[in-house]
Amino acid sequence: MSDRVQAPLGARDCEVTDRRATGGYVIVSALDAEGPDPKPGQFYMLSADGWGTHGGRPFLPRAFSVADAERADRGVRLDFLIDAVGPGTSVLAGLERGARLRVTGPLGVPFSPPRELNPDAAGAILVGGGVGIAPLAMLRRELARRAFPTRTLLGFRDREHSGGLELFRCQEVGLASEDGHAGHQGYVTDLLAVALKGPDAHTAAVYACGPPGMLEAVRALCAERGAPVELALETPMACGYGACFGCAVPLADGGYMRLCVEGPVVRGDRIATAIVEGAGHR
Amino acid sequence: MSVRIGSLELEHPVLNGSGTFDAIAARQVFGDALLERFPFAAFVSKTITLEPRAGNPPPRLWETPSGMINSIGLPNKGLEGFLAHDLPQLAELPVPLIVSVMATSRDDFARLVGAVSEREEVAALELNVSCPNVKSGLIVGAEPAETRALCEALRPLTDKPLIVKLTPNVADPAPVARAAEEGGADAVSLINTLRATALDPRTGEPWLGAGSGGLSGAAVKPVALDQVRRVRAAVSLPIIGMGGIESGADALDFLRCGATAVAVGTANFRDPLAGERVRAELEALSEPARSLDLK
Repeated sequence: MSDRVQAPLGARDCEVTDRRATGGYVIVSALDAEGPDPKPGQFYMLSADGWGTHGGRPFLPRAFSVADAERADRGVRLDFLIDAVGPGTSVLAGLERGARLRVTGPLGVPFSPPRELNPDAAGAILVGGGVGIAPLAMLRRELARRAFPTRTLLGFRDREHSGGLELFRCQEVGLASEDGHAGHQGYVTDLLAVALKGPDAHTAAVYACGPPGMLEAVRALCAERGAPVELALETPMACGYGACFGCAVPLADGGYMRLCVEGPVVRGDRIATAIVEGAGHR
Repeated sequence: MSVRIGSLELEHPVLNGSGTFDAIAARQVFGDALLERFPFAAFVSKTITLEPRAGNPPPRLWETPSGMINSIGLPNKGLEGFLAHDLPQLAELPVPLIVSVMATSRDDFARLVGAVSEREEVAALELNVSCPNVKSGLIVGAEPAETRALCEALRPLTDKPLIVKLTPNVADPAPVARAAEEGGADAVSLINTLRATALDPRTGEPWLGAGSGGLSGAAVKPVALDQVRRVRAAVSLPIIGMGGIESGADALDFLRCGATAVAVGTANFRDPLAGERVRAELEALSEPARSLDLK
């Protein structure tokens, strides 16, 4: 497990510096003047003006993995990939340039370096689905900086749920889509199954983030092929820093972990299933 | 703005609600800044039980208009785990430690109170009585006689302040508060969460893994204020008031209803420094009153 970057104590305001639509999603960029540089896989609790006032929802902040972070003159630019599916994500996706984005973070443990995940790792395989591709974009850049051989496989439901590819810049990615509008028609896990064929599976370090069904397929496939894998999971989460005990994820050997402090990045062999009850609550 | 809860003197009147702030996890996440800028005048631990508990199956949370429902199920390391692992870390906090305990029998309560109160790191104990007595099957905190008997049984075991955390899931909390006072409690705290259920819109079945849970957040504040008023009319004990406090103005409302101190709960989830802000706002609001006192 890689070391977390500690967060400044308290929620703080950032200025939204950019908002752009991308394939049905929105990328919101904000300038964090006070926070440290986050690591790939870490997340922030996000809220905005009007939270918990008009109509009462959204009330709790929302957890978002950081999709990219770049140090600038006046702070760190943080990019978040947002799919407006409920009251919280709709407010966040609607934030315009100049608006305030309230953040607490960076939170949680990041992805491990490939050789920590698998001492025999010869290459990394990144598997992302839908809006869950966000933390992999940042991981992809980090691995490119280290010149570590990496393959990126991304899957989308359809054209309306296929944004964020530009976060991967010009890097090569393998695509799958359920409606066949781009790349292989089918699931991204079909591509992973091909990539993990043969003895090479043991020299792979797999990183995945996406919807629960996809993550469970990745977890099961990696377990079967003997490929070490880290999964960035999602659960309903009220606080993000260990206070509420709401983000319980069942462990393979019984009991639960708090995903916000022990995750959100979790080794595949720590959990019995990646399908966590309650994930996707809007 | 110092206040007294029994023999416990606090620098200011803002605490945390039990189970709404984990100082050990928060220190891991935010580092030693937490010690330099601790948001509460005392730290109230998450409830501990004699044996370890894993907690309820997920989902454990549901957002409501201006609030949330939780059904966490009191996960904790148990008494031994708490004393060995948590207490040394909580002892490093710059504020007094109040340990919340719960049991389903008077004997188990007595073992918890005895073992916890003899530790010098512990300043006071809070009794979570929102649980059934397995012998009678009754929720202790819903029954004045049960509450009184429990307090009478525990009172001789410790000189440290005993705070009884009242449940709001009763017709009238005042008789229970009076029973706690008669039984020898030093203070009462209220409200705990309001029993609540949410349905999964996709299935029409209960959403929470445990079926039902407790409502908290801004939505419950009017209920909490009413209960604090009723309890204030019934007892002369210090009252720690809580329920939906998000601002200094909210806290002042509780003090006006008779609370001695207040606790911030769900607001911590939105901002780990919510307690500090509530305190600062409360102090600003109280300044005119203070200067009047000087005249």
